[in-house]
Amino acid sequence: MIAFIIQRVFQGAAVVLAMSLIVFVGVYAIGDPVEILINPDADQQTREAVRQSLGLDKPLWMQYLYFVKSALHGDLGTSFVFNIPAIQLILQRLPATLELALTATVLAILLGIPLGLVSGLNDKRWYSRMIMAGSILGFSLPTFWVGLILILVFGVWLGWLPVYGRGDTVRFLGVEWSIFTLDGLRHIILPAFNLALFKIALFIRLTRAGVMEVVNQDYIRFANAMGIKKARLLWRHILKNIMIPIVTVIGIEFGSVVAFAVVTESIFNWPGMGKLIIESINHLDRPVIVAYLMVIVVMFVIINLLVDLLYAGLDPRVRLGSSNR
Amino acid sequence: MKMKSIVAAAGLAVMTASLSPAVSAAEDVVIGVRTEAASVDPHFSYVATSKAAVTNIFDTLIMRDKDLQLAPALATSWEHIGDGVWELKLREGVTWHDGEPFTAEDVLFTFERAPNVPNSPAPFGQFLSQISDAKAVDDHTIHITTRNPSPQVLFDLAEVPIISKHAGEGAATADYNDGKATIGTGPFKFVSWQPGGALKLARNDDYWAGPSEFENIEIVAMPNDASRVAALLSGDVDLIDAVPPESYETLENNDGVEIWKTPDVYTAYLHMDTDREVSPFITAKDGSEIKNPLLDPKVREALSLAINRQAIIDRLMNGLAQPAGQLAGPTMTGFNPDIEPGAYDPEKAKALLAEAGYEDGFKITLHGPNNRYVADAQIVQALAQMFERIGVATEVETMPANIFFPRGSNREFSIFFLAWGSAQGTAWHGLRGVLMTYDKEKGYGPSNRGRYSNPEVDRLTIESMSTFDVDEAARLSAEAAGVAFRDFAIIPMHYQMNVWASKDGFEYEPRQDQMTLAYGLSSQQ
Repeated sequence: MIAFIIQRVFQGAAVVLAMSLIVFVGVYAIGDPVEILINPDADQQTREAVRQSLGLDKPLWMQYLYFVKSALHGDLGTSFVFNIPAIQLILQRLPATLELALTATVLAILLGIPLGLVSGLNDKRWYSRMIMAGSILGFSLPTFWVGLILILVFGVWLGWLPVYGRGDTVRFLGVEWSIFTLDGLRHIILPAFNLALFKIALFIRLTRAGVMEVVNQDYIRFANAMGIKKARLLWRHILKNIMIPIVTVIGIEFGSVVAFAVVTESIFNWPGMGKLIIESINHLDRPVIVAYLMVIVVMFVIINLLVDLLYAGLDPRVRLGSSNR
Repeated sequence: MKMKSIVAAAGLAVMTASLSPAVSAAEDVVIGVRTEAASVDPHFSYVATSKAAVTNIFDTLIMRDKDLQLAPALATSWEHIGDGVWELKLREGVTWHDGEPFTAEDVLFTFERAPNVPNSPAPFGQFLSQISDAKAVDDHTIHITTRNPSPQVLFDLAEVPIISKHAGEGAATADYNDGKATIGTGPFKFVSWQPGGALKLARNDDYWAGPSEFENIEIVAMPNDASRVAALLSGDVDLIDAVPPESYETLENNDGVEIWKTPDVYTAYLHMDTDREVSPFITAKDGSEIKNPLLDPKVREALSLAINRQAIIDRLMNGLAQPAGQLAGPTMTGFNPDIEPGAYDPEKAKALLAEAGYEDGFKITLHGPNNRYVADAQIVQALAQMFERIGVATEVETMPANIFFPRGSNREFSIFFLAWGSAQGTAWHGLRGVLMTYDKEKGYGPSNRGRYSNPEVDRLTIESMSTFDVDEAARLSAEAAGVAFRDFAIIPMHYQMNVWASKDGFEYEPRQDQMTLAYGLSSQQ
């Protein structure tokens, strides 16, 4: 178990290193951030001075080595645009993105799995067809369009819900959270639903497919014949058996929800990491771009680790360790 | 492209909704702005958006009013007393937000700090480069000695927010961002700021020009056009800036919304490679290498004549622009009224091409940004069609601004669409930046990406910049512009417009310099 975790940590570190190199070279190739940041009437010498003060006059390899050296000391660089340590900028916004992603994932689980169960168990009924048709919409409508329509209907026409920002926040564990205030909850409903829509559709389909596969198996029919109660049949025999793929997907999807909340965040002006990364790319703010991707990589590594540990809990046949992988 | 049009469509759908009727004049106001501030440190980075945020809190000695004219702010008067020395009288009885009196010491402290902020990506040094010495005569009088006999220092002073010495001594950018040092004299006091989040302000009841009507202000960055408009329509915000042209008509027809607009300092133009014998994106129609035709002013004039500016403005920008014939706008110092906006005459264009020896035309690629200026990508496409009509085969390539500008400065294009903002409201600003010969040592032509070079333009512009009398400086600039634009050094296209939209019941004073200032907002009587 411990060996497994250590192995994962080393794998993660290798991925992070490779990622930093790719991003560094990639952003470097786009061009000179000073051209974006400086006011156009600044003279050539000022531009040169800025390049020097930001370290952009050095060759790429030297910039990269310097970056790695600082990173090992816990310094991922300072934002060109804000002059604030990149990691601080990102961590400031992490709670906003996390609570949005968590809420969206919980919504997706609470709606997706039951609906999938219902439509899997009674797949010929009209409501099952409705659910399936709905899930196709969830898959195929682009997030930003759905977001705008949600804003139009609930914000502009009905005026029920606010359409931008997080609303009131409270401090908890040293971080500002909006899901613990009523106003904050009102603000999170639309963006979380917007972000969850695709996942709901995904979970419906996964659950339904799993259920339809399991229901016809002999042990279910047998259990049914034995007169086991419906509820017990559902929870112990069906749900538990289909959970492994669903947990995997929830794990991976949580990572992608965090990483790709970009669209929802910019439409709803949610002050999270996604909005930050878009702005940083627009300004070629390399330290923030690199730091952001590092944070995302680390997060994916951790999520995968947690998913693996969860497997062991759900399926006793899964043993963690180097022997079976 | 596809994604963009769907967003626009959804945005339009949003717009057709009507707004709940008039609001009562609220004490608290929320403003949605397109671009976020990088810092509330007044001297960290000279970018327009940070400047707007900071101007809510800090004052300058001399300010520019909504039409770019210099006006007294913390300095009540300025006078040249000889030998390049300016005497500025400071406003008396002004206090900082913490109650301390404002004095000449604060001004001198500002001059020392502004050019020396560490890590600044757009330093303020250039605005103080004219000043060789500044000293306090008494608490409310300062003498500023300038390097050149020119009024430029007055325009530059309008760029430099004055900070307090007692709060700012030893303060770093971080101390301004968290409010410790953010003590200004402006109409609003700093409450809090989150990078990329909201800037919260509270009214300064003792503001020297009279307090604002509103007690609390929240300025939120809303980069997405459609959601900024939706936030106004849903009543969540009271004022938005940078109204996208596709929303303009529907917003104007909405009873719950008021539109506020004014010409912009930005002038859109086409820049051309005018000095290389062979240019990277120009070939003969069969793809073979040819001598760069843009070296010939006749060809450049032909391209200008091919452009139907009014059609572009009407169809692509909802009429929100005016045709231009030079970089400086009509209200700017040094505008040349004799230069007509570019005419449209495709027949003459063809004749000129033939005269220059290109009756068969040639082939170019036109480059442009797709997320920087109003309707930029569409304009570039329309331009390509207009060039095709006079026989110039034109391909189009648009890209995000973060790729476009570095490539443009790297001289990777042959002809490209962009805009210049004469933020100081003077014609020599654009002449020096875009049209003077690129000279690294002297700092001329830093944005002259086409490398146009004309000694006459250089001479007149330099003279204009070192002339003491503003009217004479303006005349020289106008003359320089006359020379450059007769030469079609660049092809001016149009002056953009700045458009704000507020809820009904509010009044906003639109500014040419694009700044969105909370102090400009009031309730309609």
